[in-house]
Amino acid sequence: MSAVPATQAPAPKPKSYLENGHTVASWLLTGDHKRIAILYLISVSIFFLVGGIAAGMIRTELLLPKGVFLENDSYNKVFTLHGIVMIFFFLIPAIPAVLGNFLIPLMVGARDLAFPRLNLLSWYVYMAAGTLGVIVILLGGVDTGWTFYTPYSSLYSNSQVGLTIAAAFLAGFSSIFTGINFIATIHKMRAPGLTWFRLPLFVWAHYATSVIIILGTPVIAITLLLVGVERVFRIGIFSPELGGDPILFQHLFWFYSHPAVYIMILPAMGVISELISAFSRRPVFGYHFVAFSSLAIAGLGFLVWGHHMFVSGQSMYQGVVFSLISFLVAVPSAIKVFNWTATIYKGTVKLDTPMIYALGFIGLFLIGGLTGLYLSSMATDIHLHDTYFVVAHFHYVMVGGTIMGYLGGIHFWWPKMFGRMYPDNWGKLSAVIVFIGFNLTFMPQFVVGYLGMPRRYHYYYLQPEFQPYHIMSTLGSSVLGVGYFMPVLYLLWSLKYGKKVGDNPWGASGLEWETSSPPPTTNFLEMPIVTKEVYTYDAEKAEEEFEHRQELIEEVTG
Amino acid sequence: MAAIAAEQAHSHDHHGPLHHQFEDLDQQNEAYLVGMWAFLVQEVMFFGALFLTYTLMRWQYPMDWYFAHNELDWKLAGFNTFNLLLSSFFAAMGVRSAQLKDRKGVLLWLGGVLLCCLVFLGIKYVEYALKWEHHLVPGPSFFYQGEANPGVAQMFFGLYFAMTGLHGIHVAVGLIVFGILWLMWYFRKTIVTEDYMPTEMCGLYWHFVDLVWIFLYPLFYLIPHP
Repeated sequence: MSAVPATQAPAPKPKSYLENGHTVASWLLTGDHKRIAILYLISVSIFFLVGGIAAGMIRTELLLPKGVFLENDSYNKVFTLHGIVMIFFFLIPAIPAVLGNFLIPLMVGARDLAFPRLNLLSWYVYMAAGTLGVIVILLGGVDTGWTFYTPYSSLYSNSQVGLTIAAAFLAGFSSIFTGINFIATIHKMRAPGLTWFRLPLFVWAHYATSVIIILGTPVIAITLLLVGVERVFRIGIFSPELGGDPILFQHLFWFYSHPAVYIMILPAMGVISELISAFSRRPVFGYHFVAFSSLAIAGLGFLVWGHHMFVSGQSMYQGVVFSLISFLVAVPSAIKVFNWTATIYKGTVKLDTPMIYALGFIGLFLIGGLTGLYLSSMATDIHLHDTYFVVAHFHYVMVGGTIMGYLGGIHFWWPKMFGRMYPDNWGKLSAVIVFIGFNLTFMPQFVVGYLGMPRRYHYYYLQPEFQPYHIMSTLGSSVLGVGYFMPVLYLLWSLKYGKKVGDNPWGASGLEWETSSPPPTTNFLEMPIVTKEVYTYDAEKAEEEFEHRQELIEEVTG
Repeated sequence: MAAIAAEQAHSHDHHGPLHHQFEDLDQQNEAYLVGMWAFLVQEVMFFGALFLTYTLMRWQYPMDWYFAHNELDWKLAGFNTFNLLLSSFFAAMGVRSAQLKDRKGVLLWLGGVLLCCLVFLGIKYVEYALKWEHHLVPGPSFFYQGEANPGVAQMFFGLYFAMTGLHGIHVAVGLIVFGILWLMWYFRKTIVTEDYMPTEMCGLYWHFVDLVWIFLYPLFYLIPHP
């Protein structure tokens, strides 16, 4: 942004974080959480593209029953690449490291996160991990699947398992650093008057996410390290040939990797709470329940990992317990969905782009969540295990949930980040295309999975009747690709040509909208003092509070 | 980090150890403490997976575990345990001196910690070197002639090196951390002399490292006949 003409604004706008230094070093050595969020935004977008290309290759290959252009071996590498890149380098960091990084200090009224240098280090560690990932691709890739199951990964695979493990290990630490930062910031840096129950649900969701990150991620780090040790030194830890225990690997792996699903979905749920409230003009229904349901999901999420192992040799009685606790996760998830719909009910709904994404999230997450119950029930899981039904289920949650939430959030806070608005019609169009493309891609996979198509197979010529479903799915993925690519174009366009909008174009209530857009480096020019409850969209009440603002300020500071 | 330093320069001029994102030193210190404990929770889970693996393997192969552990020297490691406990005491005294702003005391006690660190790593080196000479390091050169099953013995030594090695890395990091802390006190950097919290945090870390060893020592060196 160039200088604002004096006639337009009575007081000159404070220098925004984007204008505070234009050199490369001022970005690469910044401690500013907003700039680090932008660095993350660029990086995760690149990895999303890489993972997306791999997804396109998978879908193309499955067009014909005998495959199109990939050998068995390269197909294994492509789906492994897709899984690892999407999970470790896109889904896990996407919302926390981009939106969370940018917004949490603004939402709690702080000048920055508690540990800015740790935050920057987190990005560098992430980039180091990403670089290792790229090296792995250049050296020929890895073929274990993102799950690294032993003994294949530790003894037999001839691909780049070691480097991939190092990359995942580093990526894990980058999210641990983010988690530590969020926890310290949310606990200790809230503005005066900002009590726990005045925090936006976005912050609650990130708090729950951070707890999962610091409890779960170290376990996967050490587990992968042990796989590496077994691979290099041939000592038996996870491989039965050497006296180790492969089930132990699966326990340790899923102890993290199931909660990791909640690392991906909880922040998206936080985004959706903000969007639903802002575009229905109502406070979130049952705020406390939604807040605590995030913590409940985080807690219960650690007790359900065994439902990935119903058919891999764990005790049946253990399976029963894991199955029951898995059902329980549906309760807090349902609380959220019901409360969002109750928020919309009788609200003044405005269907702007972010709201369309949010509504899409609710629909897709609903399907994703409910099909999860088929898989957590042992009897049905035996039929559905390792089929495309599973693939469709977790894509509904992770893509339909997390990416819808991420894109909705990006569209909602884009004017906050850059002070400019994208063309809303294009936004709406992209949201609808994504929704249609997504369902077209993954709905047929439920059916073909139920009919018996196993996941990770690169051909199905013995069952050519599966082909129509695969054609639909591939067609849908092309539509989905278009839907994902459109925002890239018009958002980049808007950086230069988008309409300049005021500080709060949506009329949203959060603290982050009370500073200028884009915010100055220190976020707030003076310490914000919070005198109102969260999501105050009630016009009468808001006015009343405004009148008594001074008294309340004195009361809080007094 | 130049940009950060530049950004924060104004606050450093006026407040010494206070960083620009905090309102006052109390808030900063509390945030540091929460962050440090969150980090330690993460560390507990990090080691936790290894302890779980250990438990499972020892439960599966109790006799082999017992025979293989005879190759370890409980006396050397016992001395190291005592050494590490002593260093924790020094660290605690160092934190106390930091709170009292007694620079000489801090330098003395932290010097003690550094010395113990070096002794620990030295003894660890001797132990590892002996294992290397006896071909007890897992890998192609591993050669074990004892009562335990050789495969399981290799597993035992694999976990032994993984767990004590990871702990050793933590001790080495402690050496660096306390070395830097000592130098900062020596050169009277206000970031440590005006605020005891950095010293306290290093102390917390050190007690954690000590605590891990308190578990490692009996688990590897003092296995009773099953």
